[in-house]
Amino acid sequence: MALTREQMAMRVARELEDGFYVNLGIGIPTLVANYIPDGIDVMLQSENGLLGMGRFPTEAEVDPDMINAGKQTVTARHGAAIFSSAESFAMIRGGHVDLTVLGAFEVDQHGNIASWMIPGKLIKGMGGAMDLVAGAENIICTMTHASKHGESKLLEQCNLPLTGAGCINRVLTDLAYLEIKDGAFHLKERAPGVSVEEIQELTAGKLVVPDHVPEMTFEA
Amino acid sequence: MAGFDKRVYSYEEAMDGIESGMTVIAGGFGLCGIPENLISEIKRRGVKDLTVWSNNCGVDGFGLGLLLEDKQISRIHASYVGENALFEQQMLNDEIEVVLTPQGTLAEKMRAGGAGIPAFYTATGYGTPIGEGKEVREFNGRHYILEESVVGDFAIVKGWKADRYGNVVYRDTAQNFNPLAATAGKITVVEVEEIVEPGELKPDQIHTPGIYVDRIIQGSFEKRIEKRTVREG
Repeated sequence: MALTREQMAMRVARELEDGFYVNLGIGIPTLVANYIPDGIDVMLQSENGLLGMGRFPTEAEVDPDMINAGKQTVTARHGAAIFSSAESFAMIRGGHVDLTVLGAFEVDQHGNIASWMIPGKLIKGMGGAMDLVAGAENIICTMTHASKHGESKLLEQCNLPLTGAGCINRVLTDLAYLEIKDGAFHLKERAPGVSVEEIQELTAGKLVVPDHVPEMTFEA
Repeated sequence: MAGFDKRVYSYEEAMDGIESGMTVIAGGFGLCGIPENLISEIKRRGVKDLTVWSNNCGVDGFGLGLLLEDKQISRIHASYVGENALFEQQMLNDEIEVVLTPQGTLAEKMRAGGAGIPAFYTATGYGTPIGEGKEVREFNGRHYILEESVVGDFAIVKGWKADRYGNVVYRDTAQNFNPLAATAGKITVVEVEEIVEPGELKPDQIHTPGIYVDRIIQGSFEKRIEKRTVREG
């Protein structure tokens, strides 16, 4: 079975370490905040200028001056700091954020990522995604392994215009957890009940498969 | 306006000197911390052919979206322009030129412009369409592209509190691009919720020192929320 969005978030959350500063993109990455393991403290960075993003506000706490990078109303947690957009991207570009999690349309075996533009469709902009992928050393890309029509999104070479070149080193799809290095995808784990053959079938890029590929486990 | 007293008492006075064809740098992120009354004054004046630098372009009928109604903006430099039907229509009709700019690069262009730095190298956008045609240099084995900074004819800024000297503080995430825009205007106009007596703002808590600010005006604000998201409780 392919992973659900929640299971994908749960799996990514296992990569969090105590004391990490983390930037979570929109979509599945946002859900990761719901599965931070007990006993681990992380600070969420929101690129509009908030380090230490808290929960959504109650109706009474809603404040138009407090939003996240997705423009949603939000609160600040204890220990939070608020700053300008230049300061925010100084910490991103300067490599101070420990982990970035973001979505993508395509990634390839060279670590290239395409996530912001589909030619011929309306283009809304890259927001902070290009700065995030250029600045972070530790990026996890979350995405579906293939399109609805069964076309692989893990490619030899991205077809769409890039967001960043040679910057992605880990990918979690609904079928597998993979690392990108030396010009190939390295299969690390597979979703429960998904075979290596199925993953191979839906991976267009070069795939390196070790002798044993453990299955992910999730508590019921 | 005598000496260091930057206060003005009407929006007409606040935007005095703005003309068609000028470059305007605006603070704000989405609808958070936008200089909403200064934008309305630009609309009232009907100046056209503006080049605008702003992270976003408001929404239909609010914020910079207001300036689309009479086609006052001919070019915008922004990182994200979704959520605006009129904008999409003008973009598809080639009535507005859009220069999509990575958010951190946009912020740094303003910061550098205000700091007298004409251009800077960044890894952001290298190997993407954003880097095409730009000078590339390698430092310590990594590639960077040269990005030019910006100075505007006007900068329009939304602060929380200011004193008559033009010292400004921002509130929560309404800070965003505002202090950067404030440094990068030949004429910087700041509208605030409250003008306080000198001495009320602690010198070491000032976000934007008055040296950057030409005009201060106190206004009232709608502060529209774009995505109200709440939890039970």
